[in-house]
Amino acid sequence: MSSRIAASIICGLIFGTGLVISDMINPARVLAFLDVAGNWDPSLAFVMGGALVPSAVAYIVRRSRSAPLLDSRFYVPANAQIDWKLVTGAALFGLGWGLVGFCPGPAIAALSTGRWEAVLFVAAMLVGMSAYRFSLGRHVPNYRFS
Amino acid sequence: MSAMTEINYLWPLAGGLLIGLSAGLYLLLNGRIAGISGLAAAAAGLTHDGVSKLGLGFLGGIIAGAWLAAALIRQPDITITSSPGLLIAAGLIVGYGTRLGSGCTSGHGVCGLARLSPRSVAATVTFMAVAGVTVFVTRHLLGVLS
Repeated sequence: MSSRIAASIICGLIFGTGLVISDMINPARVLAFLDVAGNWDPSLAFVMGGALVPSAVAYIVRRSRSAPLLDSRFYVPANAQIDWKLVTGAALFGLGWGLVGFCPGPAIAALSTGRWEAVLFVAAMLVGMSAYRFSLGRHVPNYRFS
Repeated sequence: MSAMTEINYLWPLAGGLLIGLSAGLYLLLNGRIAGISGLAAAAAGLTHDGVSKLGLGFLGGIIAGAWLAAALIRQPDITITSSPGLLIAAGLIVGYGTRLGSGCTSGHGVCGLARLSPRSVAATVTFMAVAGVTVFVTRHLLGVLS
C-alpha cells in the first residue's frame, strides 16, 4: 500500500470521526441548522467555523511549499471563473441537501450505521454522478492546477 | 439531555476542528482538495481517471472513522424522516449537482473558503441559500415533506 493511500485512509478516519462528534451525520441536526425561520439550531456554524481554522492554516503553510510531502506536486484547481455550471450545480446541490439534510460526506459516514436511508441516498447519489459523467461530463475536463 | 445542551457548542466545534484537520492534512500530505463529492466520484470510477485508490481509501476511512467514533466516543442519534422517494430524488439531485458544480460542503465549504477561492465562495453562498429556502418552503409553506 502506497503512503498516499495510507494518508487518504488516515484523513478519512479523522474526517468520519469529526462528522460523528459534531453530529453533522444527523440529517435532523442539519435541517434544524438550515431552518433559520424555525427553531434555529446554530451548532453547524461552529462545525464550519472550527473546520475553517486548521484548513486555512494548511492552505497558508502550502504557500511556502513547492510540493506536498507525499506527491510531486499540488493538485489544487486554479480556475477562478464563476460560470453557469458552478452556480447551477451548487443550486441543485443546495436543493437536494435541503430536502433531506444529507450532503455527500455525512451520507457516506452514515453508511457505517447500516441505515437503509443512507444506503438509498448514496446509491441515488452515485446514479446522479453517473448521469453527469455520461452527459455534460463526458469529455475529459481541462483542469488547470496550481 | 441537559448535559448535552450545555456543551452544545463544544461537540460541533471539536468535530469541525477534526474535519478541518483532515482537510489540511490531505492538502499537505497528498496535495489535493478533500472534497467528498469529488472523492466519491473518483472512487466509483466516475471521473476520467479510472477507479481512484485515494478516493476509496478516503471513503473507507470515513466509514470506519464514523463507526469507531460511534462505538468509542459518541453514539450519534440519527433522525431521518424523509420518505424513500424523497431520499432517491435528493440523492440524484445531490449527485448530479455536486459534479456539475465541482464540489459540495467539504470541497467548496471547508477547503475552498479556507483558500479564499472565488468559485468556492460563490458556490457556498449559493448552496447555503438554496438549502435554506428549500427548508423554508418544505417546512413552513408546504409543511408536508420534512
